[in-house]
Amino acid sequence: MPPLLAVEDFYAGYGPIEVLKGISIEVQPGEIVALIGSNGAGKTSTLMGISGCLRPSRGRVLWQGREIQGLPAHEIVCRGICHAPEGRKIFPRLTVLENLQMGAFSRRDTKQIERDLQRSFELFPVLAQRRGQAGGTLSGGEQQMLAVARALMGRPTLLLLDEPSLGLAPLIVVKIFEVVRQLNREGMAVLLVEQAARMALKLAHRGYVMEIGRITMTDRAEALLTDKRVQDAYLGE
Amino acid sequence: MTSLSFLAAADASGLWETLGQYTLIGLTNGMLFALIALGYTMVYGIIELINFAHGDVFMLGSFLALAMINVMTGRDWDWSDPQMLWLGIGLLLLVVPLFCAALNVTIDRVVYKPLRRAPKLAPLVSAIGVSFVLMNVGLLWGGAADRHFPDLISRQNLLGDDAAIGFTAKDLMVVAITVPIMAALTVFVKATRLGKAMRATAQDPVAAQLMGINIDRVIALTFALGGALAGAAAVVYGLYINTVSYQMGFQNGLYAFTAAVLGGIGNIPGAVLGGLVIGLARAFGSGYVGERWTSALVFVILIAILVFRPAGLLGARTREKV
Ligand SMILES: Nc1ncnc2c1ncn2[C@@H]1O[C@H](COP(=O)(O)OP(=O)(O)O)[C@@H](O)[C@H]1O
Ligand SMILES: [Mg+2]
Repeated sequence: MPPLLAVEDFYAGYGPIEVLKGISIEVQPGEIVALIGSNGAGKTSTLMGISGCLRPSRGRVLWQGREIQGLPAHEIVCRGICHAPEGRKIFPRLTVLENLQMGAFSRRDTKQIERDLQRSFELFPVLAQRRGQAGGTLSGGEQQMLAVARALMGRPTLLLLDEPSLGLAPLIVVKIFEVVRQLNREGMAVLLVEQAARMALKLAHRGYVMEIGRITMTDRAEALLTDKRVQDAYLGE
Repeated sequence: MTSLSFLAAADASGLWETLGQYTLIGLTNGMLFALIALGYTMVYGIIELINFAHGDVFMLGSFLALAMINVMTGRDWDWSDPQMLWLGIGLLLLVVPLFCAALNVTIDRVVYKPLRRAPKLAPLVSAIGVSFVLMNVGLLWGGAADRHFPDLISRQNLLGDDAAIGFTAKDLMVVAITVPIMAALTVFVKATRLGKAMRATAQDPVAAQLMGINIDRVIALTFALGGALAGAAAVVYGLYINTVSYQMGFQNGLYAFTAAVLGGIGNIPGAVLGGLVIGLARAFGSGYVGERWTSALVFVILIAILVFRPAGLLGARTREKV
């Protein structure tokens, strides 16, 4: 069986500046994969490349064995790859409910969408309280929960999560990770980008370490957690 | 009561009646500006482009309406029969908006779309270029002189012949066409799936793509809607003002664009409010100050509002970002 997602020798950049220099990453069905690395390494660009917002100059992205690089972003979503992007990118003047509805834009199964909405509200009760409020008026933590819930509204086979912990209170981060773990148990695969490397590796099955546009290391998550180089560079004390 | 106080009341009522009349004229004209302004504001909201060609799409729409009326009249369309009249207007309101929508979408496809990733100045300058091209098309089509647009709708005062304020069937026509269109647009944008996708795309195009929204289609839809509104405005304008010319797109486009900025560019209710404010300003300007000063007055108001509320009357406050 082919991997769910295979990024192969992916090169991309912004104008003349090449920021991804031959990335290869695999995600198996049902797997949580962490992508760690310092600021500016190219983690966000990698996710953008997968979801079709950043075009490769070379290399391929295979989804269940089929090439998807070069497809427009909206078609990639339809295939089951949903992306909670860096900086949350909540629609500031749509309500919480409308933001969630937009998450289900690629779907037509109205009844199931309604059930998934209820489920988002169960997973994140604060969103239910705020359902009529404009997205831009939420606190940072609430916005992050909304970003995750909105991505989940697409019923992803693979969830791309970019720095969900950035700037949030530990309690909220724990909550979000808890939801991710729960959905993963139900079969959803996750590619998680995190600066909080220790937490990410504790959640993940496998991990990749990225440095200035290249993958420099990959292993099982436990192995990375105990690796001396990883500890020194990313896990701090 | 003495007769003296009676006289004073009569004087006051004359004053109020004039005021009422100007207000009415202002609102009717304002609704027309609003309809055109919506096209500027919707396109700006989505791709941050001031589509200078919009006014000229409106102008060509009115030329098409005029041509259609001439053809229909030539084939013995009986405009004096109320049923035929409204049927004919209905036909104009179907064909002209479709034409303007198609024209606007084509302009976007051919001229603006290839420049989507270029610096903002490139599509802006192109828009001015398209405006000139369309104006010249209008010049070739209709000639340089003002053209008479048939006066199909009665000017009889609906409030009675000797009422102090005039509200004619023509005024009613403007209200009866523009208000439902604006209401329908509001419902569309607020409550439908596509309308929400439009707002989402305007607020964050990258996030919209990540939701599975085809933003190229949303942009095309926006140009189509804006064009259709300009087309409807063109029909109403012709029937109401009864003069069309190749320059009318520039003049009215400028007022409508001002209305959009006044209300807060990118903001749909803002465009309507801005249109009404401009309409009123023009009516009071020509009523109380003098025709010559009207344009100056409009721009003084614009500048004054932008000094105190740079984002326009209903413009979005700077975006909250946490
Ligand atoms: N929109 C952009 N335009 C130009 N350069 C960019 C853009 N986004 C990111 N970069 C550059 O690409 C590199 C990788 O950035 P990014 O993918 O955001 O890294 P990370 O998510 O690991 O912090 C950085 O050097 C950054 O400055
Ligand atoms: Mg990043």
